[in-house]
Amino acid sequence: MIEGIGVTEFVVVSTLMFFAGVYGFIVRKNLITILMAVELILNSVNINFVVFNKYLYPNLLQGYMISLFVIGIAAAEAAVAIAIILNVYRKLQGIDVEHVNTMKY
Amino acid sequence: MQVDFSYIIWVPTALFASFLVVGLWGNKLKAGLSAGIATAAILLGAVLSYTAAFQYFFGNGLQQGVYQTFIPFTVEWLRFYDTLVIKMGILLDPISIMMLVVVTTISSMVHIYSLGYMKGEKGFERFYAFLSLFSFSMIGLVIATNIFQMYVFWELVGVSSFLLIGFYYQKPSAVSASKKAFIVTRFADFGFLVGILLLSYFTKTFDFQTLLSPENAAITQMAGLSFMGMSVLSWALLLIFMGGAGKSAMFPLHIWLPDAMEGPTPVSALIHAATMVVAGVYLVARLFGLYVLHAPDALAVVAAVGAFTSLFAALIAVTQTDIKRVLAFSTMSQIGYMMLALGVSNYGGAEGLGFTASMFHLFTHAMFKALLFLGAGAIIHAVHSNEMTDMGGLRKYLPITHITFLIAALAISGIPPFAGFFSKDEILAAAFEANKLYFWTEWAVAGLTAFYMFRLYFNIFWGESKAYAHTPHESPISMTVPLMFLAAMSLVVGFIPFSHYVSPDFMPFETHFHWNIAIPSIAIGLVGIVIAAIMYLKPKPLAGNLVKAMPGLYRLSLRKFYMDELYIWVTHSIIFNSISRPIAWFDKKVVDGSMDGMAWVTNKMSGKIKNLQSGQLQQYAFVMISGVLGLALFILYWVSR
Repeated sequence: MIEGIGVTEFVVVSTLMFFAGVYGFIVRKNLITILMAVELILNSVNINFVVFNKYLYPNLLQGYMISLFVIGIAAAEAAVAIAIILNVYRKLQGIDVEHVNTMKY
Repeated sequence: MQVDFSYIIWVPTALFASFLVVGLWGNKLKAGLSAGIATAAILLGAVLSYTAAFQYFFGNGLQQGVYQTFIPFTVEWLRFYDTLVIKMGILLDPISIMMLVVVTTISSMVHIYSLGYMKGEKGFERFYAFLSLFSFSMIGLVIATNIFQMYVFWELVGVSSFLLIGFYYQKPSAVSASKKAFIVTRFADFGFLVGILLLSYFTKTFDFQTLLSPENAAITQMAGLSFMGMSVLSWALLLIFMGGAGKSAMFPLHIWLPDAMEGPTPVSALIHAATMVVAGVYLVARLFGLYVLHAPDALAVVAAVGAFTSLFAALIAVTQTDIKRVLAFSTMSQIGYMMLALGVSNYGGAEGLGFTASMFHLFTHAMFKALLFLGAGAIIHAVHSNEMTDMGGLRKYLPITHITFLIAALAISGIPPFAGFFSKDEILAAAFEANKLYFWTEWAVAGLTAFYMFRLYFNIFWGESKAYAHTPHESPISMTVPLMFLAAMSLVVGFIPFSHYVSPDFMPFETHFHWNIAIPSIAIGLVGIVIAAIMYLKPKPLAGNLVKAMPGLYRLSLRKFYMDELYIWVTHSIIFNSISRPIAWFDKKVVDGSMDGMAWVTNKMSGKIKNLQSGQLQQYAFVMISGVLGLALFILYWVSR
């Protein structure tokens, strides 16, 4: 419990982070930035898990565990994604997402 | 004492074996050897046929005054179910034995003749293989025990005719002639098949013996059933006659025969003069008991078609200049005689004179017409042209051909004592009894026949000598021997008392000589010959003047009464343009169109939809998130309501 800060404030912050991530995912053209936007989305979810665990079920641990899990997944995902991005760079001499469209139809 | 006729099976077997050997290994054998195999096979057939004829007619064929029908061999070929069994076998009665003799005689002569005529030709073994196939099929046809066997061999005969007309397959005219012959006769055979099916549907049998037995109740029942003004039996027999008319080149299915002359000349002699083209006559004669006793209306059609064709073909023959074509039209005319004789015949005793006369004429005609064709072949061999205008004065160069050709021409013109006179006299007598109009028509045709045959004869052998590329010389002995043999036959076969052997009811009867008919027929024949002599013996402008006097008639006859053009007009303008084209349009536009339309719609739709798949990851994400948000808002709204 943090004095003077309720669940609402946390949720507002995490929502802002989430939509900032979604906005970044949709708008940015650089694959690295898009990866960063994805991290924002994941971390906004982590905030939610932690806050709800702490405020609503203080004697349980599931929220923390899940958020740790998400962090682990995010690390693995970042590794795979950066590997893909490196290969895309080699192939297309750039990492602009608009050029990565050879798989259409 | 019963004579075993089962050795007849060796006739078709030997011919078929020869066809297989020469056809399959002919290119490995020496040319002379393959020809020798085929010739030996047909000579064996001839010997066996003559033996059979002798044993039949002078042995035990006649029992209690009736010629017996023997079936020495029969085998079940196809059993569909118990009531539908197709057999193959050998049926021997006077007409089938007569046909055996005719076919094997003419075929042997043609085999021997071709040794000289076809010598050195490309495809010499192939020619002999086809000749064997043809002889085999023709024998199978004449000894058929049932109408289905006849149909099978009928088609085989058609195929071998096709192969032999198209023997010079590099020549476009020969190819189209063979196609024309095959298509026209095949079209006619369609009628034959329908007729067979009708007949067997009602009678439940294909067997000639069952069909022709007088106590066959199904036939009487069929004759009683009426369909569109005629009995069902008449329809069936008319359709069968259609097949016969196609093979025998009766009007209006005759158009293939003149073109069939594109084949080698021995083939024309064998197939298109003496044997295959009389198959139609033989067919009608084979079913004569049905025609005459139960379907006189169908028989009347046979007579009318025969009479018309004989006149029609004779009129065309007068102006043709290709010697083989003259002979082709003369063949049509003579077959018209045979058909007419069948058509006017009656049943029983001397009433069956027409039937006997028809078979008699078939027999004699085979001899002298084969002789005429082989003679024409010898002439073509000597001068390398078919055109009468390239010939003249050949009697000095080709003495044997000249004499034999003259004998054949006299025989076909009906001058005694040559064979044609006797058979033609009987036909005219039969026509005289039945119908005066037919009699006078055929009498006039006899005159025309004499005229065009002697026009041919004088133009070839008399008149002035043309400038030949090299001096024409008499043919080799292999070609002159058949000519002399057939000439001898043309001299003597007329004296055979045919009515003692062949009659519709299998009972011999006596014929009298008809002076009242013979004298006018000899007279008109002589008139024809004299006119031909006046016009063509010495080069004179008379013939040319006549042509100038009657240009319309001349062109009409020269162009064969525009029958080919009529056929082309009917097929192209009427069938192709009015029927086939709308059907093709319906098929292309409506049937194909609906299928194509479905494919087109699918294709266009997918073309539109696939553009959504842009490959832009962010677009996908945007759409997905918008969708999720939209769904979420909707659910919120729906829940809170």
